[in-house]
Amino acid sequence: MQVLRLLFTRLATTAITLAGVAVIVFFVIRVVPGNPIAMMLPPGATEDDIARLSALYGLDKPLLTQFGIWVAGVIQGDFGTSITTRQPVLDLVLGRLPATLELSIMALIMAMILGGAAALTGTRFRGGRTEGAIDVANGMALSVPDFLWGLVLILLFGVLMPVFHISGRVTPSLELPFTTNFYLFESLIRLRFDLWADIVAHMFMPALALAIPLAAIIGQLLKQSLKETVNLDYVTLARTKGYGETRVILREALRNAALPTLTLVGVQFTFLIGGTVIIERLFSYEGLGNMAIDAVINRDLPLIQGIVILFAVIFTGVNLIVDLLYTVLNPRLRHG
Amino acid sequence: MSFLSIRNLSVRLKKGPPLLRRVSLDVAAGEVRGLVGESGAGKSMIGKAVLGILPPSIEVTEGEILLDGVDLLRLPLAERRKRIGAMAALIPQDPLTALNPSHRIGPQITDRLVDILGWTRPKADARARELLAEVQIPDPDRVLRSYPHELSGGMRQRILIASAFAAEPRLIVADEPTTALDVTVQKQILKLIAGMQARHGTALLFVTHDLGVVSKVCQKLSVLYAGMVVEDTSVTDFFAAPRHAYSAALLAATPKYTDPLAGLQPVPDAVIAAVQAEVAAFDKGVAHG
Ligand SMILES: Nc1ncnc2c1ncn2[C@@H]1O[C@H](COP(=O)(O)OP(=O)(O)OP(=O)(O)O)[C@@H](O)[C@H]1O
Ligand SMILES: [Mg+2]
Repeated sequence: MQVLRLLFTRLATTAITLAGVAVIVFFVIRVVPGNPIAMMLPPGATEDDIARLSALYGLDKPLLTQFGIWVAGVIQGDFGTSITTRQPVLDLVLGRLPATLELSIMALIMAMILGGAAALTGTRFRGGRTEGAIDVANGMALSVPDFLWGLVLILLFGVLMPVFHISGRVTPSLELPFTTNFYLFESLIRLRFDLWADIVAHMFMPALALAIPLAAIIGQLLKQSLKETVNLDYVTLARTKGYGETRVILREALRNAALPTLTLVGVQFTFLIGGTVIIERLFSYEGLGNMAIDAVINRDLPLIQGIVILFAVIFTGVNLIVDLLYTVLNPRLRHG
Repeated sequence: MSFLSIRNLSVRLKKGPPLLRRVSLDVAAGEVRGLVGESGAGKSMIGKAVLGILPPSIEVTEGEILLDGVDLLRLPLAERRKRIGAMAALIPQDPLTALNPSHRIGPQITDRLVDILGWTRPKADARARELLAEVQIPDPDRVLRSYPHELSGGMRQRILIASAFAAEPRLIVADEPTTALDVTVQKQILKLIAGMQARHGTALLFVTHDLGVVSKVCQKLSVLYAGMVVEDTSVTDFFAAPRHAYSAALLAATPKYTDPLAGLQPVPDAVIAAVQAEVAAFDKGVAHG
C-alpha cells in the first residue's frame, strides 16, 4: 500500500519536475551565445545559406513556437533530430545510456564495497589505530575530486604500471556479438568472459575514480552510524547470547545502521552520475556524458535538450528507488 | 560451590575513581539473590560484569567472576562470550530498546539456540512456541512472525523473558526488569519471572530498587552503597533485623504496601555520613596496601 502510494505521488511530482527542467534547458541554451548553424557551415557561407539551414531546423520561428513544437514532439516520444549527426535524438541518447548506466552502477558497487569494508573494519576495531588509519584514508579520498582521482589512476595504472586501458569502452578490434549496448551485462549473459574482462579493464579506472569520493562518504557515514548502533541495548543483548563481535556488528547493527546512510547515498549517487560527464571525457568513454560535451561544443540544441531530460529522468528515478528501498528495508514503514 | 561467585571485584572508569569496591557475592544454583542500593550504587555494573558487557571505558582492576567454577575474566573474549551465552542470560530493563527493530521476534528467541548451541531450526522453532506458551502469549505463530514495533511493552518483556530462558541457562541476571513497564503490568511480569525461575530452577541475580519485591522473590540479598557491599544476608534475616545502619535506613525508607506514605522517611544524614566514611576508609586502605 505504502509502496503504491509512494509510486503514485512520485510519478505526479516527477512529471512536474521534468516539465520545469524542460522549460529551463530549452530557454537557457538559447540564451547562451553561439549559433549551431554558424558552427555547421564552412567559413564564408552567405546569409542566405544560414537562413535556409535555420528554416530547415525550425530555428527561424519565434522561441515560444519552437518550444511548442518541441514539447508536442516530446510528448509523442519524438525528441527531434540532432543537428550535427542528423539522427533522431532519442536513438542517439538511448544508444549511449547503457554505457553510462553500466559505468555508474559499477562505480556505485565499488563505492559500496570499499566504503562498507572501511566502515565495518573501523567499527570492529573502533578506538584503535586501525580506525585512525581508516579515518585518514577517508579524509584523503574526500578531499580530492573524482576527475583528479582519474588522473592519478591514469598515472598509476595506465602509465607507470599499465594494467588497465586508459581510454574507450572496449578494444576496437574485437568482434562484438551484442544486440544491446549493455556490453558488460550482455557479455556476462552470453558467457563471453574474454569480452567481459576486456570491458572491465576499460571500465575499471573511470569507475574507481568515480567511486573513491563516494566510498569515503559511505565509509564515514556508515561508520558513524554503526558506532552509535553497536552501543544500543539490543546489540548488547546479542553479546550476552554468545556472538563474537564481528558477528554482532554484521547481524545486529549493520542493517539498522545502513538505513540512515541509504538516503544520503542516494543523493550522493546522483552527484556521481553528474561526475560521469567529465570522467567519461577524461577516459574517452563512449557514454552520455561524453556525448553531452560534444553536443555543447557543437551547439546541438535538440541533442543537449534530450540528454538533459534523460539525466533528469535518471536522477528522479534514483531518488525514487532509494525511497522505495528505504520503505522496503524498514519494517516500521512497510505496514504503515 | 556456588554457581556464580564474584570475589573481590573492583572496576573503575579508566584512570578514574572506583565504581565497584571489592564486591563479593555468591549465587547458588537455583537461588535468587536480590541486589539493592540507591541509583548509581553499581548494581547494573555488577550485572554487566557477570555477563561480559562492561563498556569499553570501564576496566576491571582486581577480582574474579567464577561462573560454574571458571574465572570469566581469565578467558579470551570469544571464549568468555560463548561460555556466558551457553550458561547465563539477561532479562533487560527496557523491553522497548532490547529487541532488534528490523528482525522478527522468532529469530530473536531462537538465534542463540541455532547459532551458538547448534540446535536444528525446527527444534528451535518448536522450543520458541513452547516458550511463548509458557510466558502466556496467545497466538504464538503470529507473534513469532511479528516485528517488535507491532507489540506492546508488556508483550515484548514477556518475549525477552522467553528468550532468556530459551537455552535453559543456569543463571539469569534481571536488571530492574519491570521499572520500564506500566504499573498494571509490573506485577504480572514479576510473577512470571518468579514462577519461571522456580519451575526451571534457575539461579537469579535480581537487581531492584524495591525491597517489597525482594521480600517476595529473593532468598538472599546484597545491599550496595557506592560500589561497596555493605550487607550480604538472607532475606528473612534482613527483614527481621538488618545489621548495617544503612540497610536499616533503606528498609525504613521503603513505603509499606498498606499505607504508601506512612513509613516513608529519607535515609538520615548521619547514616549517609557513616557509610561514606566507610567508603573513604576502604579507599584509604586500598591505597595503603
Ligand atoms: N558507561 C559508563 N561510563 C562511565 N561511568 C559509568 C558508566 N555506566 C555507569 N557508570 C557509573 O557507574 C556507577 C554505577 O552505575 P550503575 O549503572 O551500575 O548504577 P545502578 O546501581 O545500576 O543505578 P540505577 O539504579 O540508576 O540503575 C554510576 O556512578 C555511574 O555513573
Ligand atoms: Mg542500573
